[in-house]
Amino acid sequence: MRHVLSILVQNKFGVLARVAGLISARGFNIDSLSVGETEDPRISRMCIVVQGDDSTIEQIIKQLRRLVETLKIMDLAEGRYVERELILLKVDAIPARRLEILQVANVFGAKIMDMTAKEIIMELAGECGKVEAFIAMMKPYGIKEMARTGTVALARGSPASQGASVRDAAPAGVNTL
Amino acid sequence: MATPAKELHQKIHTATPLKGAQILEEALWREGVRVMFGYPGGASMEIHQALTRADRIRVVLPRHEQGGGFAAQGYARTTGKVGVVLATSGPGATNLATPIADAKLDSIPIVAITGQVPTPVIGRDAFQETDVVGLTRTVTKHNYMVTDVNDIARIVKEAFHIAATGRPGPVLIDIPKNIQQALTVPNFDQPMDLPGYKPTKTPSPAQVRAAAQAIMESERPVLYIGGGCIHSEATEVLIKLAEKCDIPVVSTVMGLGGFPARHPLFFDMLGMHGSVYANWAVSQADLLIAAGVRFDDRVTGKVSEFAKHGRIIHIDVDASEINKNKPVQIPIVADAKLTLEAILSLVKPAKHREWAARIEEEKKKFPYRYDRKDTGILPQYVLEELNKLVEGKDTIITMGVGQHQMWAAQWLKMHKPRTFLSSSGLGSMGFGYPAALGAKLAFPDHEVVDIDGDGSFIMNIQELATAYTEKIAAKALILNNRHLGMVVQWEDRFYEAKRAQTFIGDPTNPDVDYPDFVGIAKACNLPGRHVTKKSDVKPALEEMLAAKTAYVLDVSVKYSEHVLPMIPAGKTFADTIYE
Repeated sequence: MRHVLSILVQNKFGVLARVAGLISARGFNIDSLSVGETEDPRISRMCIVVQGDDSTIEQIIKQLRRLVETLKIMDLAEGRYVERELILLKVDAIPARRLEILQVANVFGAKIMDMTAKEIIMELAGECGKVEAFIAMMKPYGIKEMARTGTVALARGSPASQGASVRDAAPAGVNTL
Repeated sequence: MATPAKELHQKIHTATPLKGAQILEEALWREGVRVMFGYPGGASMEIHQALTRADRIRVVLPRHEQGGGFAAQGYARTTGKVGVVLATSGPGATNLATPIADAKLDSIPIVAITGQVPTPVIGRDAFQETDVVGLTRTVTKHNYMVTDVNDIARIVKEAFHIAATGRPGPVLIDIPKNIQQALTVPNFDQPMDLPGYKPTKTPSPAQVRAAAQAIMESERPVLYIGGGCIHSEATEVLIKLAEKCDIPVVSTVMGLGGFPARHPLFFDMLGMHGSVYANWAVSQADLLIAAGVRFDDRVTGKVSEFAKHGRIIHIDVDASEINKNKPVQIPIVADAKLTLEAILSLVKPAKHREWAARIEEEKKKFPYRYDRKDTGILPQYVLEELNKLVEGKDTIITMGVGQHQMWAAQWLKMHKPRTFLSSSGLGSMGFGYPAALGAKLAFPDHEVVDIDGDGSFIMNIQELATAYTEKIAAKALILNNRHLGMVVQWEDRFYEAKRAQTFIGDPTNPDVDYPDFVGIAKACNLPGRHVTKKSDVKPALEEMLAAKTAYVLDVSVKYSEHVLPMIPAGKTFADTIYE
């Protein structure tokens, strides 16, 4: 099952390597990992999308929590949250196909970032399913290059009310397993 | 303790700028470091200079950084305090990788300090440059690269705190040479910056109640203890709980000494080379109280079959250990001692005489055994004789890795925690002798004996020079079978006895011990004795124990002996090999 882990870490040298290294060293497979500063420049948020059964996810969360620089881990899989991924897509667009491609882009709400006689670069931000559907629609036209940011996500509501929308991966010391 | 003059010296100096290396020295002193191990080089000599000029902390010079790392572990394992080792950049640091990884797997608190090339040349493949933080990331509990001299005092404080608290482990601090040389007025009162590090200590009351309830309902309980009980100093409460509820106790290698070996409720080691009766008890138990253990594959064999007839209470200070290898019914994430105390206060006294008697019966049927009538020297005989001479006295045993290690675990009867030092998780050959040096420095009045194999001993044999020059009277007892015995045993059992690089003697003279270990000891100005006759074993052991200096006793033993019983890897109690 797909889980979106939202992790707050100290914004320090080497944290990304530590998280990525841990995940590979323990043999976990991840779909995507994104990282960036939060509203507090001392803290970064990482979003990790990972597939796994409950025991795998439990181990990943526990191992990540062991890292000294980890502040908080939320497993957003079962809660209400907003997720987005940004994609840049370069497709073959000979003049005869151009209009058709623009129509599809319009349906998905993709923006045109660049256009040449042969190619179009489009940008789309959306949740994973929408991004995947867009890619599927564009494939027949010939995708020349593609760049994806990976998922970023935030829980809905204020932090205080997140108890209802987020399964806070049990903090260290709480024996809810 | 520091003399008043020395304290004054420091007071004057703390008001004026100090070099990074001096700040490090002061910070180590403030953490209580009085002895450490360090091998100098270009990127770390600034620190050695600071240590030597301050003249407060004893710096022991090993003959290899790996020896220094294991010696720091020997100090930490016996005292419970943080052991410290210092090395230079590049090869100095890479030589520390093994003892650091070893400390990680056995949860031993050490702080490793490495010199690094100056910050302006980092990343340019400078002479003796290695990305040490990158290299040690997965084998440390945490690691640091210091990039500002003003951070040294705080980072040292954090490193010792992280190493010693929660589940203990190794922490590495990498300090570039220009940071060691930079001047600043140090602030030792800077608070730690560890907002995400909050190790759990106290158990959840609900889980404690559930555990107590399970113990009171149980008819066939077994306590399975390990290194976590040693780290949390749980021996006293373990004895109380075992006696109050009449619970048989079995131990991992890491837990030996954590429960008195001759206690009537103690049934020795479990696992691959554990006693038949310990493994039988676990296989029959209706409740396993696992305290400070991690269900290692060498303990469980086929993990789905392990203790499958009962419920399991798993007490561990590290939440990630719960359900990692074995799903359990009653997990408790907390300090083992505090948890056992909480459980003890809730349980009512109980008797399980019939259950204990059945384990006793198994013990009578399948005791640890060897052929005592054999006219040759069997390794078990040597250890049984050694045990007769040291049992109950203040003795610390260290060991290498292999057959001799398992025989030591079977035949040495330890009565106190922190007296049986074994590289258990990583299984690092060469651990024994340097660890013995660290232990002897921590406890100069205790007898410290490294029980070693000829293969393991030679891996850090250079530390004999350390023993002589630093006057550390740690003894080495080599069970010399001219082979890598444990691999030979597996060759015999699973590979049609085909020898593949497992003979380490002299090919032209295969029956004679090689190399001449006593000769090597002599070259280091140390006494020793080579024994080839059974009747000489006891007097030689007595001579070794009587020696006031380090001593090498090289005993020629039969190589054909196997460590038994044995549960082959991935198998179950039913697959036990008895003969």
